[in-house]
Amino acid sequence: MSDFQIEVYQNEYLPQGAAEVNAIVTVTSSGSAAPAGDTPAAEVIIVDCSGSMDHPRTKMAAAKRATAAAIDTLRDGVAFAVISGTDIAQLVYPERLGMVAASAMSRAEAKAAVERLYADRGTAMGEWLLLAKQVFATQASTLRHAILLTDGKNVHERASKLERVLGQTSGEFTCDCRGVGTDWEVRELRKISEALLGTVDIVAEPEDLEDDFRAMTAAAMGKEVADVALRVWTPQGATVKFVKQVEPTLLDLTARRTEAAARSGDYPTGSWGAESRDYHVCVQVPPAGIGDKMLAARVSLVAPGGDVLGKGQVIAIWTDDTALSTKISPEVAHYTGQAELASAIEEGMEAQRKGDVETATAKLGRAVALAHESGHGDTAKLLSKVVDVVDPARGTVRLKRQVSAVDAMTLECRSQVTKGVGKGEG
Amino acid sequence: MAVTHCPSCGDPVGAEHRFCENCGENLFLRRTPEGGALGPVSPDCASCGGVVGEDGFCENCGHARASGRDRMEFDLGLVAGISDRGRARARNEDSMAFAVVGPKTAPEAVVAIVCDGVGSTRRSDEASQAAVDAALERIADCLRAGKEAHESTVDGVAAAVEAVALLGEPGSTELAPSSTFVSVIATADEITVGWIGDSRAYWLAGEESRRLTVDDTLYARLREAGWSEDEASANPNALALARWLGADADRDPPNVAEFSANGPGYLVLCSDGLWNYEPGPQAMSALVSEAAPLTVAAELTTFALEAGGGDNVTVVVLPYPFAEPGSDSE
Repeated sequence: MSDFQIEVYQNEYLPQGAAEVNAIVTVTSSGSAAPAGDTPAAEVIIVDCSGSMDHPRTKMAAAKRATAAAIDTLRDGVAFAVISGTDIAQLVYPERLGMVAASAMSRAEAKAAVERLYADRGTAMGEWLLLAKQVFATQASTLRHAILLTDGKNVHERASKLERVLGQTSGEFTCDCRGVGTDWEVRELRKISEALLGTVDIVAEPEDLEDDFRAMTAAAMGKEVADVALRVWTPQGATVKFVKQVEPTLLDLTARRTEAAARSGDYPTGSWGAESRDYHVCVQVPPAGIGDKMLAARVSLVAPGGDVLGKGQVIAIWTDDTALSTKISPEVAHYTGQAELASAIEEGMEAQRKGDVETATAKLGRAVALAHESGHGDTAKLLSKVVDVVDPARGTVRLKRQVSAVDAMTLECRSQVTKGVGKGEG
Repeated sequence: MAVTHCPSCGDPVGAEHRFCENCGENLFLRRTPEGGALGPVSPDCASCGGVVGEDGFCENCGHARASGRDRMEFDLGLVAGISDRGRARARNEDSMAFAVVGPKTAPEAVVAIVCDGVGSTRRSDEASQAAVDAALERIADCLRAGKEAHESTVDGVAAAVEAVALLGEPGSTELAPSSTFVSVIATADEITVGWIGDSRAYWLAGEESRRLTVDDTLYARLREAGWSEDEASANPNALALARWLGADADRDPPNVAEFSANGPGYLVLCSDGLWNYEPGPQAMSALVSEAAPLTVAAELTTFALEAGGGDNVTVVVLPYPFAEPGSDSE
């Protein structure tokens, strides 16, 4: 079993009457010493085979090569299946509903089946996910991961249907989504990746798919514990204002709470390998007297069987010493800034799409300033492809006349990718 | 006076015995527990009555388990005291210790000590507790060895200084833990008060009430030198301590004064958490009723808490003359 460590970064001191307690909870899983593969894993690869995948023709060919690369990256013994997605979903490999353990033979069979795929018909991603759920259900494995590749919009089913399907599949498996080309919609894929606790990204050039699929599969093979929940206990009279993953990407988990016990709720975090993630927990507590000390939250990581993998405390102490209570925890400040950066990008790009130059300029300018201030170089670079930066510190920008679809979509895709904080340094 | 039988179990005891061979009772000294508070006040949450978890926080309302030091109450019958965290400080850095010296049936002296850990130093709660414990033990030993109260007080302070100085870490850039000190030794015919710093001793007896100590502060010294109240308090460090116990303090002997009472009254030792709210002896006397010492201590503590409780409040009360043998109220 992996080793989990929880560290809490916060300013415990509150001024008289204050009720809101903020903390950054860092969870680090060191991974087990035993070689990976103790926990049975299952992998489903969903390849968009809609008609548009033939335009240009290189897209379908690249998707096949990428799927083959993913199959080759599977560990021996990992159960896998391949689904082709159009306005219906079809099992490509194996032939009958089920999954097959990866071996030299099964890999060759699967790659041969993938080679026979051709582009035709439409796009209904809800169908793809429902079939994936059925396929996973044939296995006892708990580490269930899917890759979903598409090149277009979900035009052959209602948005409400996809929504319903996400409700049914959420928690059944995790799913990383990739859009190839620029004819798909970031918000649509993000809805899927967020519901299924995965990532979303753009692969603008078909030839880059292969490396990307290999990397995603390798990351999936590195997972050791599935369905880990972040459990938050709060005292009577307290409420959880929000729980967000803030690093490596922003993901609001507040609405994903399921009640675990009295005053305890579980927030899903998906599967873990050797990695570190940060969460921002914000709790409203009934204010106590000066000098009083209170536990505002107990935060623990819980395995599906109920095993507690690690725990931490969020504390509140009320003081009349303003030197103590006015200090903002640098970690909390940093991630509050990263969240603002992400929403400034989203709102700015939305305004730009609608032709609202004033709002777009203001929001993207604010984003430039926040990226500059927090040293988020990657995002600053992506922003500079959408706006001309006059003064990065003040966030003075001009919208570019021409913005390529790739640049706009790349910025939108990665707006939720945060920069980690150098803890305790400042 | 020789003790012939243990006052607790009745077994005969030898003249040289300090403890009863049968039940272990200390035959010459009854004192408050060494180290101060004995664990938490209650195993349950002081805030809501809920169950406190292993991590020290209430499973229901989340409040931290009250520290035993938050509110200490000790009662030896002839002397009683209360030490309270107050309403603004995160912990109680005051400590108190007191003892009745001599056979239970014929007490020879009552000794009481209050120390106020200096707030700007770390571990000042440990400093004040170490000081009261060390001083009480040394003074009791001195009295048993037949030393005068004055000399015993000086020795007791020396022991307290050593104990507090031990807490200072050599080479540390932090301020050494430190504390104030006030003690009283009351025997049948005299009252001896010793002090360093601004913890005070009062004699409360209606019109006859008076303060028995002079603060070791610049303000007090200037007033003594004839400065007006306005002039003295205009100094920026007027109320800063001029003397304290600690690794970084002088080793000069304490202030010591003898006092004779002309009638019954209460000897009161207190930290500035009380006298800041009522420095005047007559006015302080008006706050208390004619009652057992623990009740009087509670009246004064409650007064300070209701006035704001801005600092830790510690009050030790000793009715004088203390009860004659046989009228022991225990």
